[in-house]
Amino acid sequence: MLDVRGLRKIYGGHGREVEALRDLTFTLDPGELVCLVGPSGCGKTTLLKCVAGLLAPTSGEVLLDGSPVTGPRPGMAVVFQEYSRSLFPWMRVRDNVELPLRQKKSLGRQRRHALVEDALEAVGLTASAGAYPWQLSGGMQQRVAIARALAYEPEVLLMDEPFAAVDAQTRAGLEDLVRKLWQERGMTILFVTHDIDEAVYLGQRVLTLSASPTVVQDELKITLPHERDQLESRADARFAELRTHVYAQIRAAGTRPAPTA
Amino acid sequence: MTPPPSATRPGAAALGLAGLLGLLLTVEVLPRSGVVSADYLPPTSRIVRALAVELNDRAFWRALGDTLTGWALGLAIAVVAGVVAGVLIGSVPFLRAATASTIEFLRPIPSVALIPLAVLLFGTGLGSTLLLVVYAAFWQVLVQVLYGIQDVDPVTRDTARSYNLGTWARVRHVLWPTALPYVMTGVRLAASVALILAITAELVIGSPGLGSRIAVAQTSQAVPEMYALIMIAGLLGLLINLAARTVERRALFWHQSVRGEAVL
Repeated sequence: MLDVRGLRKIYGGHGREVEALRDLTFTLDPGELVCLVGPSGCGKTTLLKCVAGLLAPTSGEVLLDGSPVTGPRPGMAVVFQEYSRSLFPWMRVRDNVELPLRQKKSLGRQRRHALVEDALEAVGLTASAGAYPWQLSGGMQQRVAIARALAYEPEVLLMDEPFAAVDAQTRAGLEDLVRKLWQERGMTILFVTHDIDEAVYLGQRVLTLSASPTVVQDELKITLPHERDQLESRADARFAELRTHVYAQIRAAGTRPAPTA
Repeated sequence: MTPPPSATRPGAAALGLAGLLGLLLTVEVLPRSGVVSADYLPPTSRIVRALAVELNDRAFWRALGDTLTGWALGLAIAVVAGVVAGVLIGSVPFLRAATASTIEFLRPIPSVALIPLAVLLFGTGLGSTLLLVVYAAFWQVLVQVLYGIQDVDPVTRDTARSYNLGTWARVRHVLWPTALPYVMTGVRLAASVALILAITAELVIGSPGLGSRIAVAQTSQAVPEMYALIMIAGLLGLLINLAARTVERRALFWHQSVRGEAVL
């Protein structure tokens, strides 16, 4: 489905080169929900931008359904961390969700409206369709951004620390929303976060990244039951084991210099 | 929506009004007490009487109409040209680099320095006024649009790119709304500058309008009438600024500077 092979990114300029990503290789199967977790400053956002086709890697490649990603693709949608800057304040919620669909010429007006209504209903914002994003709370704004991505009907949904800027309770609700939408719609999700608990709670697999220059430090299958619950799952002894494992990997990644390629 | 701070305090408005009354009173007292000759500064009461006479004169209204025509036409041309040129230059890096020094050279040329050229080209007609007004107002708009185009938020840009928005959609839904606050500032500044230049052109060149009427009043020793006309010009400037601010607030209702506290 989504193949990342030998991805490397070096930022140049001003006579100084910074190797952000060294060598990243991983694969997402169709319909998989994978979380990427890593220490801050490890190039998570760089990685996600490369996968989304927003940034050209120095070497290596990203394949979506076997064909290389060289620019943004209609099969992918991105949910950014900075929802207030990603949504357009001059447009109502409904228009924000609809705008990307207007670019898909094959969609008729009715189909477009149906997709918008359906996406807003899925995130529980039907009543706010006529509001402006800045009239909504942070959590609701991020729901609008998620609805926009859903309406776009992507095969792969890329989420870049989407809940880092909302409070803990809102965050729990949004995490459950992501699980629910994933189960209902069966799309592939790559979820980037710096929060270990969030990664373990959400994912089927957790990829741990090393500190920069970044490599995949560890891969962990999450053996929690398919149905997750904020209280039960987090109280599960296995949850504690898994998060301890990821935590240890991150700590190891932070202290030990990454192996040279 | 929180109203601007000055409107929340009724005291501030009263104080402003008191200052204005104080000015009018001073102008009344100075010539009457003989400190200033009434030949140069007639008392307020006489200016107001002259003003009343002006307001009943059809020639005055024609002059006002001429001034407003020159102002509005010139401003409209400058805004359209400034926005089109700004969007074009601002979104094409090559054009931007190629025109930057030329713009910096042309922009500081005072419009009034073009008066001889305007007279050569258009004589004393509306064309002269338009040339000066457009030249002065155009740069105000152009420079603001150029700033505005540069101000697109990186996350907004990435969002537009990730959803494959086409060129037109990006200009229409991303670039233009981002630049709009700047455009509005440019238009507001241009509106004030355009009035100054419209009246200057009439005053110096003699093209019909309030400016030439002021000149006529001055040369025929009608000093109270001259002050009355100057007052009208000032009021006009005030009204234009107020109108521009209202339009700005309406158009930018979504902008942080206007929307105030979020309503939940």
